[in-house]
Amino acid sequence: MEPILKVRDLIVEYAVREGILQVVSKASLDALEGQITALVGESGCGKTTLIDGIMGTLPPNGYVRGGQVFFKDIDLLRLSERERQKIRWERIAMVFQAAQNSLNPVLRVADHFIETVEAHKRGLSKKEILEKASELLRKARLDPEVVLRSYPHELSGGMKQRVIIALSLILDPEFLILDEPTSALDIYTQSVIIDLLRAIHKEKNLSMLLVTHDLSIVAELAHRAAVMYAGKIIEVTDVNSLFHDPKHPYSRGLIGAIPSLIEDLSHKKPIPGNPPSLLNPPPGCRFHPRCPYATDKCKKEEPPLVKVNGGLVACWLYE
Amino acid sequence: METVSVEEGFRGRLSSLYYNILKPILANKRATVGLFILLGFILMATIGPILVPLDLTMRWSERFKPPSLEHPLGTDYAGRDIFQQIVHGSRDVLTIAFLAASFAIAIAVTIGTLSGYLGGIVDYVLMGVTDIFLTIPQLPVMLMIAATVKVSDPVSFSAIIAIWMWAGLARAIRAEIISLRQKDFIEAAKVLDLGTGHIVFKELMPNILPYIVINFVTMMRVAITASVGIMFLGVAPLSVTHWGVMLNMAMFAYGAIYVPSGIHYALAPLLFIVLLEYGAVNLAHGLDEVFNPRLRRYE
Amino acid sequence: MKESAEMPFIELQNVTKYFERGIMKKIRNYAVIDVSMKIYEGQIIALVGESGCGKTTLGKIIAGIIKPSEGRVLWLGKDIWKLSKKEFKQFRPLIQIVHQDPYASLNPARTVYQILAPVVKKYKNPRSKRELREIIIQYLEYVGLTPPSYFLNKYPHHLSGGMRQRLSIARAIIPSPKFIVADEPVSMIDMSLRLSVLKLMERLNKELGIGFIYISHDVATARYFAGKALLALMYLGRIVEKGPMDVVLRNPLHPYLRAILSASPIPDPKFAGKKRRIELKSAEVSTDILLKGCPFSHRCPFAVKKCFEKNPPFRDFGNGHMVACYLADELPEWVPPWREG
Repeated sequence: MEPILKVRDLIVEYAVREGILQVVSKASLDALEGQITALVGESGCGKTTLIDGIMGTLPPNGYVRGGQVFFKDIDLLRLSERERQKIRWERIAMVFQAAQNSLNPVLRVADHFIETVEAHKRGLSKKEILEKASELLRKARLDPEVVLRSYPHELSGGMKQRVIIALSLILDPEFLILDEPTSALDIYTQSVIIDLLRAIHKEKNLSMLLVTHDLSIVAELAHRAAVMYAGKIIEVTDVNSLFHDPKHPYSRGLIGAIPSLIEDLSHKKPIPGNPPSLLNPPPGCRFHPRCPYATDKCKKEEPPLVKVNGGLVACWLYE
Repeated sequence: METVSVEEGFRGRLSSLYYNILKPILANKRATVGLFILLGFILMATIGPILVPLDLTMRWSERFKPPSLEHPLGTDYAGRDIFQQIVHGSRDVLTIAFLAASFAIAIAVTIGTLSGYLGGIVDYVLMGVTDIFLTIPQLPVMLMIAATVKVSDPVSFSAIIAIWMWAGLARAIRAEIISLRQKDFIEAAKVLDLGTGHIVFKELMPNILPYIVINFVTMMRVAITASVGIMFLGVAPLSVTHWGVMLNMAMFAYGAIYVPSGIHYALAPLLFIVLLEYGAVNLAHGLDEVFNPRLRRYE
Repeated sequence: MKESAEMPFIELQNVTKYFERGIMKKIRNYAVIDVSMKIYEGQIIALVGESGCGKTTLGKIIAGIIKPSEGRVLWLGKDIWKLSKKEFKQFRPLIQIVHQDPYASLNPARTVYQILAPVVKKYKNPRSKRELREIIIQYLEYVGLTPPSYFLNKYPHHLSGGMRQRLSIARAIIPSPKFIVADEPVSMIDMSLRLSVLKLMERLNKELGIGFIYISHDVATARYFAGKALLALMYLGRIVEKGPMDVVLRNPLHPYLRAILSASPIPDPKFAGKKRRIELKSAEVSTDILLKGCPFSHRCPFAVKKCFEKNPPFRDFGNGHMVACYLADELPEWVPPWREG
């Protein structure tokens, strides 16, 4: 399987009051075609910035300092804003975090669809657009008759999220990026959304990049996972290995710390310490202050990503 | 984490002041520009009059001389040095501005906080009073008062100006207090039974402090405009060197604007007024950018 | 569970809370409907439900922050809203609150020292500034904010979510409370840090005997306290199932609880895609049904006519396991979805 998205040594920085904040430090990642790849990490690890860097949606004080991003064979970072706009939504669609709040409160759902399509000038008539939208909404188990006529505030959180997902698919993109698609939803609705995403993937063989901190969603949906810590990708592996044989001590700690319904929680251990400040990251491996296996080498030199058993790990334990 | 100093006590607080307040201000261009301009004027107002003596003897032969080495800003209608007058006038201008802003802030904060925090009938009554002050046209009434009441000293003059400035700010502060009042940390303080006094002075006030400081600077600017305006209209000639009075004399008394060679007499105070206000505006806006997260262009 | 003969520390009797809106206050939004509860010293009660179910409102009613529209809240037998000023002053420190958003619950314009100092001054009566500082340091150490001297002059925005939450907890235990109402204390913290905050709460319960009303929308984190805690499941303002957590989770009876458990994502790829969720209807609920009938009836796949007409009373299933459902004993046997395959 070919990678549909290739990120190589990406560096993204922000100019903030205290100086230059390097949020993504030489991160590399592949998303394979036809697969759901998860980008896992906790708050502040840089995963949202990574996506913004790829899509060109960084805020004014953010910029890409280096690296490459290839979508199929197109170098995304070298495109002009115009060319990027062509790709956005038509080929790569994105569902932002808390996207439910980005629906325009004065437009009906139907108008959202029409506006989105017309902004990309695809030449479809209003009727055709709404037919397509209805089909997508039906797949999301929403009644198009009711939903298309409604305003966003008339819909529940779960319904809005499904509308957003349907909107992202209206132009038949080849790749879908989702940032925390189930946050702020109750457990039942989360389960509905997860099923929806799975169904979409199956039907269209849609490649997806799922950004999340929630490991259970990773378990439910993803085929492959890339774990991010303090701006770096520290492990890339298939999802079974991630849960049953995590290699990087951070991944291990993460899997060992999630409260779940199925096991005894008494031998779950939190990861000691706190994530580092990205203004002054620790030298060497960024995880070493919290790592039970840290050696002197770990404190001085940063480990590169190396191949281990079909996956990649950035840890001196696997030299 | 941040590399803010770990020491406590006086040194700790001083370095905390530097890192959290001074440094961000200096990093902001507008604020720095405004700050330096204002510091310059404060310097002028405080030690200026000591360094630069005021010589008010009339020498008609020297009248309306253009700027030169001897007279950096030229001379006025009576041959007196303009620069000296500007320097001495700055003291009056700044004193009035400072006093007026102080009075206005004091009234606005008191009324706004009481109204916002206590709500109910107190809010109703206080806001009713505030609305009256907001709707009465400021300049005409100020002029009437200034003309009828014998204004002899800067303090009462500042008070008169302040009376018309506090109303808008009181409403704004009330709005801030109302929004802060709902916050969880205020609820926590109530559950911890820390007392209304503590909540108002130790929890709410520190949050509106930046807002107050910024508005203080703005109020100063408004007071300058008001005082200059009143004096320009000849209503309350407090002192000869006040820039407003200088403008008044330039305009009405001695026709400086009609005499081409005398234009500098009108321009000089005007220039300094504009410069001072420019400094104030920039400082206010810059401080706002520094302290108000919503205005920041990043993050 | 230890149903003791002693008097409950807090007792709720038929508490209902509604918020009135609109001109002439005609519209009532019911947040809590007819809740009765007995809370004993040292207990941990997990109040679970989706957002909007009223759990936060109920938590604040228990803490004496919100006054119920109907019903009574008793502290050691006395109605807390009828206490004298003096009695209320005695009551107030005994139940404290830790809010969900650790940033909103700390004053952004105050340092860690300035946040804790007034509370220590009030409740611990330090004799000197030195002693005040020492006590503050002790509390910071107890909640795991070490080295304490590093944190003293930091502002909340310098701390991570987990640290801020620990600070909120430190502040809440200074008055030596008997209970802490923790409103979703870990939902805004990263997964790997949640456990440490939960462990801290467990320590407080074990070492200082502080009871918790642990409010959460996520059963999985509430489960951390299983074996010691009571679970109270809420739906649209009513408690629909309650009992010792391990008993209830082993044998969930209310259709809503079964639906949530069957829908909970499992952090193990083995179970991905296996169809196991109980399907719920999605329908609007009218205030009529809300007040008269079972609040879950509009979504329940098993609902029958009487569910819509009259709210089911609690039925005792032994061991303190109570369920408000007419059909609780007619449902098929519960097999946890993670047992299959």
